[in-house]
Amino acid sequence: MLAILAQAEKTLFLPPARSTMAGAHDGLYNFVLWMSVFWLVLIAGLLVYFVIKYRRKSPHDKPVGPTHSTAIELGWTLPPLILVMIIFVWGFRGFMNMNQAPNGAYQVLVSASKWNWAFTYGGGENDGTLHVPVNTPISLVLTSTDVIHSFYVPEFRVKKDVVPGRYNKTWFQATEVGEYNLFCAEYCGQQHSQMITKVVVESQEDFDAYLEVRGRWWKTEKPVDVGKTVYKDRGCAQCHSLDGTAGTGPTWKNIFGDERKFVDGSTRIADENYIRDSILNPGNEVLEGYDNVMPTFQGQIKDPEITGVIELLKSISTKYDGKILGEMPADPGDEADGGSGDGTQAQE
Amino acid sequence: MTSENEHTGDTGHGDNHHPHLAHHFETPAQQFESGKLGMWVFLATEILMFGGLFCAYAIYRGNHQDVFLYGYGALDKMWGATNTVVLLASSLTMAWAVRAAQKGQQKLLIGMLIATFMGGVGFMVIKGVEYKAKWDHHLFPGTMNAFYYEGGQPKHPEALPHAIEYIDGRNLGGEAHGGGGHAPAGHEPAEDSPQHEAVPGDDAHAAEHTSAEPASAGVRAEQNATAHLASASPVIVQAVYGAPADVSTIKPPASPADMGVNDAVIDQAGEVSMPSAAHTQILWNDLSSDQQKKVHLFFGIYFLMTGLHGLHVLIGMVLIAWLILKAKKGTFGKDYFAPVDIGGLYWHLVDLIWIFLFPLLYLIH
Amino acid sequence: MSVIQDPVKVGGYGGQQEPGGTNYINHSKGIMSWLLTLDHKRIGLMYMIAVLGAFLLGGSLAVVLRTMLFMRAAPDVAPMTPAAQDLYNQVFTLHGAVLVFMFIIPAVPAILGNIVLPLMLGAKDVAFPRLNLLSWYCYMVGGAFFLFVLLNGRLDTGWTFYTPYSTSSTTSVTAATLGAFVLGFSSILTGLNFIATIHMLRPAGMGWFRMPLFLWALYATSIIQVLATPVLAITLLLLAAERVLGVGIFDPAMGGDPVLFQHFFWFYSHPAVYIMILPAMGIISELMATFCRRQIFGYSFIAFSSIAIALLGFLVWGHHMFTSGQSAMTNAVFSLITFSVAIPSAIKVFNWLATMYKGSISLATPMLYALAFIWLFTIGGLTGVFLGALSLDIMAHDTYFVVAHFHYVMVGSMLTAFIGGMYYWWPKMFGKMYSEPVAKVAWFLIFVGFNLTFFIQFIAGSQGMPRRYADFLPEFAWYHQFSTVGSYVLAIGLFLVLYNWVHSLFAGRKAPQNPWGGNTLEWHTSSPPPHENFTEDPHVTDPYQMHAWDYDESIDGYVYDKAKAIELDQQSHH
Repeated sequence: MLAILAQAEKTLFLPPARSTMAGAHDGLYNFVLWMSVFWLVLIAGLLVYFVIKYRRKSPHDKPVGPTHSTAIELGWTLPPLILVMIIFVWGFRGFMNMNQAPNGAYQVLVSASKWNWAFTYGGGENDGTLHVPVNTPISLVLTSTDVIHSFYVPEFRVKKDVVPGRYNKTWFQATEVGEYNLFCAEYCGQQHSQMITKVVVESQEDFDAYLEVRGRWWKTEKPVDVGKTVYKDRGCAQCHSLDGTAGTGPTWKNIFGDERKFVDGSTRIADENYIRDSILNPGNEVLEGYDNVMPTFQGQIKDPEITGVIELLKSISTKYDGKILGEMPADPGDEADGGSGDGTQAQE
Repeated sequence: MTSENEHTGDTGHGDNHHPHLAHHFETPAQQFESGKLGMWVFLATEILMFGGLFCAYAIYRGNHQDVFLYGYGALDKMWGATNTVVLLASSLTMAWAVRAAQKGQQKLLIGMLIATFMGGVGFMVIKGVEYKAKWDHHLFPGTMNAFYYEGGQPKHPEALPHAIEYIDGRNLGGEAHGGGGHAPAGHEPAEDSPQHEAVPGDDAHAAEHTSAEPASAGVRAEQNATAHLASASPVIVQAVYGAPADVSTIKPPASPADMGVNDAVIDQAGEVSMPSAAHTQILWNDLSSDQQKKVHLFFGIYFLMTGLHGLHVLIGMVLIAWLILKAKKGTFGKDYFAPVDIGGLYWHLVDLIWIFLFPLLYLIH
Repeated sequence: MSVIQDPVKVGGYGGQQEPGGTNYINHSKGIMSWLLTLDHKRIGLMYMIAVLGAFLLGGSLAVVLRTMLFMRAAPDVAPMTPAAQDLYNQVFTLHGAVLVFMFIIPAVPAILGNIVLPLMLGAKDVAFPRLNLLSWYCYMVGGAFFLFVLLNGRLDTGWTFYTPYSTSSTTSVTAATLGAFVLGFSSILTGLNFIATIHMLRPAGMGWFRMPLFLWALYATSIIQVLATPVLAITLLLLAAERVLGVGIFDPAMGGDPVLFQHFFWFYSHPAVYIMILPAMGIISELMATFCRRQIFGYSFIAFSSIAIALLGFLVWGHHMFTSGQSAMTNAVFSLITFSVAIPSAIKVFNWLATMYKGSISLATPMLYALAFIWLFTIGGLTGVFLGALSLDIMAHDTYFVVAHFHYVMVGSMLTAFIGGMYYWWPKMFGKMYSEPVAKVAWFLIFVGFNLTFFIQFIAGSQGMPRRYADFLPEFAWYHQFSTVGSYVLAIGLFLVLYNWVHSLFAGRKAPQNPWGGNTLEWHTSSPPPHENFTEDPHVTDPYQMHAWDYDESIDGYVYDKAKAIELDQQSHH
C-alpha cells in the first residue's frame, strides 16, 4: 500500500509524493486522516442524534440520567490512548528516518539569506537553484547569514529551519525527474513570500553536465549577460530594479559613476571597487534612505560574476560612457580546463 | 487552607466590626489568610521570572565556560559577600519586625523596619560602588561594553586594552605586574584601581594558586616563576605568599594597598576558600579570538540579573518605607499586622534571590 | 409579553431589588464611579468594553489581510511592491498580536470570570478588589502601547517576535514587547486574584467538589497565568535589552542562541494556548448542564482533566520547534507528552456528549454555541494529532495547516464558547434579554463562515502553502479566494452578534432572575445583581441539581423552591 502511495499523484490533501520519505509520511497522514474522520463522524453523529432524540419537550422537563461511571470513563479513555501511542511511534520512526542521512549521501551546502537561497556543491560550484540527481540520497547542510529561514519542499515532505550561527542538517532522495518548488517556511521579513526557488531533479548524467557547466558557466557568456544571469538567479531582482523603480534597495539604473551618499554622511563615486565592496560587505556603506538589510555574498559569489554585475551596471548607466567589456578577463583563480567549448548546454 | 471552617464559623468572630476588615471578607483571619496566599502566589511568579534568567545564565555558562570564567575576574567577591551579609541581616530585622508587630511592640517594630530599610540602602550603596567600578572600566552592558565587537572589530578600541588589563590583573592576582604579554597596551596600574580604598583586603595563600596552575599554560610560565615574583614589590609577595586565609576570617590589611594588589588579594581569598577551583584563572590571551568577542555577553547577563534584582530591592524599600509610615501612625497591633507580615515575605524573597545570585555570579569557578 | 414589574415574580430570592431599586449598574453615577470602582462586576464590564474594542481592531485587520490575499489571487496582478508586502506583514503581525494578547487571553477570565466568579461563589467580591482594578489599568496601558504601534504604523515580526529577526527589525518591536509585558501583568493579577478568591471565599457548604466546573476551569487557567506569564515577562525584557542595549543573548554573531528565544517564548505561549481554551471549556460545561437540564456527567473527570491539561500544558512547548534542529530525543519526548494532552481533552468531549444523553436539550442560542464548540474543538483537536506526530509536523509546520489548526482551537472553539457564555450571562449582567431569532441567524453565519474560512486552509497547508506569505504561487489562488469569502460571512455574523447585544440594552425585554434554570449561585440573585451581589446568603447545594427550579410561564423564567432543594440535596447524599 505504501508503495502505491509513494507513486501517487496529487490528491485532495497532499501534493504528489516525490521522495523516498513521502510514502511513510503519506501513510501516516492517511491513517490519522481516516481516524479523524471516524471520530468526527462518531461525535457529530451522536451530537445530532441526541439533539433530536432528547430535544426539550416542555420547559417543565426534569430529566434524570446517569451522572458518573468510572468504568465508562476508563473505557473511553483507552481507545484514544492506544491510538495516539500508535501514532506517536509511527511518527517518531518516520522522523528518525528523516533525521539521519544514509552514509555516502551527496552533500550540498545550503546558505539562506534575506531573501534568496545559495547552494554550493562539492567542487565549489554554486547556484541559486538546487540541482540534484534523481534516486540519490542528498544530504543538506543548512546555515543562514542573517535571520532564521526554513528549507521546505512539499513534494519531498522535507522541512528544516535554517538558523544563523549553527548548521542544521536534513536529507532527501528524490524519486522522479522534474522541477519542484522550494519555499522559505519561516517568516523572515519583507520578501518572505518571494523567497521561493526551484529544486531541479535530473538524471545523473544531466546533473554531472550541469556541475561541469556550473563550474565555469561565465566563460560561455558575455560579461553583461553574466551580470543579467546573476541578477536573476541570485535574488538581486527582489530588491533592485533595472529600470529606475524604487524597491527595498536602490535601483541599479544610473548607479555606475554616480556619487553615492551614505547614512553616515560620507560619499563615494560608484566605481568598480565600490560595486565590489557593496556586494561583499554591504553593511559597511549603507546608502542614505535605505536600511542595512542586504546580505553579504562573501564566499558565495565568484569574481567573474561580480565583474558581470559591474558590466551590467555600466550598460544601464548614463553616467558611464566608456566601453563595456566584450568578454570576460582571464580569471587567475579558475583552474585551466581543457574541454571547454560546449556552451550549448547553458542551464536556463 | 481552612476556608471552610472559617466560613461555617458563625459570626462570633466577625461581630465586633474590625476597622481593617474589608467588606467582602467575613473574618479578619480570612482576610489575613487571603492576603498571605496572594503574596505567596505572587512570589511564585517572581521565582519563575528570575527562573528564566537563571536558565539563560545556565545555558550561556555551559556554552561559554571560559568566557564566563574570564568575566568573573571583574566581579568583587568581597563586596558580594558583604552585600550578602547586609541583606541577610536585613532579613533578620524584617522577621524581627513581624514578631514585634504580632506582639504589639510598637517601638521595636518601627526600629526594626528602619533597620531593614537601612539594610536595603546599604545594599544599594554597595551595589552602586560595584557598578561604579564597572563603569570606570567601561564594562557596561551591551554595545557600550569595552569588549563589544562589531563586524569582527572591537567597537571601543580605546577602552578595550584598559578593560583587558583590569580583568587580567585581577585574574592574575598580584602578577598583574609581570604580565607584559597579557596586557596588550602599556599599563599604568594606578589607573585600574578606583575602588581600592574602599576594599577591605586580606592575606592570601597564593602558593596554592601557583602550584595548581596548569603547567601547559606556557604563555604564563614566565610569570609563574617564583623568581619573577620575588622581584616584585614586598606587598605583592606578601599578598601572594601570605598565610592561608578563609573568607570567614577576613581582616583589614596591615598596610595600605596600592597598585591594584588589593583586588588581587581579595580574589585570592575567595579562591583559597575553594581550593579545587584554584586553577581556573583565565587571561585574555587564553581565550580564542572567537571567545574574546563574547566576553561582553557575561556583562550583559551580570547587569540584567543584578539590575533586575536591584530593582526588586528598590521596590521592597518603597514597601518598607510605607510600612514605617503606617507603623508610626500606630496602624499595626496584635489584631492587625498582615501588611508587615506580607511585606516581610516579599523582602525575604528578594533576599533569597540574592542568595542564589551571589554564588552563581561571584563564586562558582 | 408585558414587562414584569412585580419583584416577587422575577423568580427567587437572595437579590431582590425593590421596584425602581438599585443594582450594580445604577448603584452610583458618574464616570469616576466607574474608573475608581472596586466592584468586580463593573471591572468586568470595563474589561468587556476594552476587550471587545481590541477584538474589533484585530478582527478588522483579519478582514484586511484576507482581502489583500483575495486581491493577490485575481488574474493578471502586477508584481507585489515592497510597500505592499510590508503592509501585509504589518497587518498579519498586529492581527495576531492584538488578538492573542488583548483578546483571546483576557476575554473569558477578565470579562466573564470577573463578573461571574464571585457570584458563583456567593461572595461579595474577589479577594483583592484593588488589584483587580489595577489589572484593568495594566490592560489599558498595555493596550496603549499597541495603539502606539498601530498609529506609528509598524510592527512586522509576527506575534511570536522570533529572534534574530525581531532584534534586527527596524519597526517598533520594543514598544510592542513592553506592551505585551504590561498586558502580562494584567493577566498575572487576574490569575492571582482568582486563585486566592477560590481558595478563601468559597461559601459554607461549597467544598472543592461542589464548585461549578467553570470555576475549576478558571482555577486551572489561573495557575497557568501565574506560572507561565512571568517567563514571558523575562523573555520580553531580554528581547528589549537585546534591542536597546545590544546584550547579544539571542544573537548568534555574539555567542547568543536565537533558538533559546523560541524555548523561552513557547514555555509561556504554549501554556497560554490553554489559558485561552480552558475557560472556554469551563463555559461549555455550564452550558451543557443547564441546557440539557440535568446533572453533568463525570463531574470529577471534567474537573481533573482541566488540572491535567493545565499541568501537561507546561511540558509540551518544544513541539513548536520540531524543525528547529533540536535533538531527536528532545523531539520524541515533546511529541509523546503532546499526545498525552489529547487524552484529557477527549475525556471532556465524551463527558459533554454523555451529559446530553437522556437530557432535555434546549436549542437556545448559548446551547447552539456549545454544540458548535464541540464540532470545532473536535476538528481542532484531531488536527492537533497530525501536528503532534513528528513526521507529519515536519511537513505541516509553518504552513496553513497550522494556521487552520490553531484558528479552530483558539478562535473557533474559544470564540464560540465566549459568545455562548456572553449570551448565557447577558441577562444576568444587564437584566435584558436579547433577540433570539437574530441570535440564531448570527450563530448560523458564524458557524458556516468559520468553517468556510478555515477548513480549506487545512487543505492549502497540506498542499504546501507556507504561512505568513504576502504573495503566493498561482496554484494556491483558489484556496485563498474561497477562504476570504468565508471570512466575510464570518465577519457579518459577528457584527450581527454585536448589533443584537447593543440592541438588547435599549430594546430588550426585561430578564427574569433565572431565564435558563441553571442552579449555580449567580442565578440565586437578581438580574442584574445588586451592588453587594446578594441581599441574603444564597442557598448552596449541588451546582447541577437544577430540579428545584420550576418554570413559570408568566415570567418566562425559573422560580426557586428552597424546600425542594433541601429535599433533593438530602436525597443525593444518601
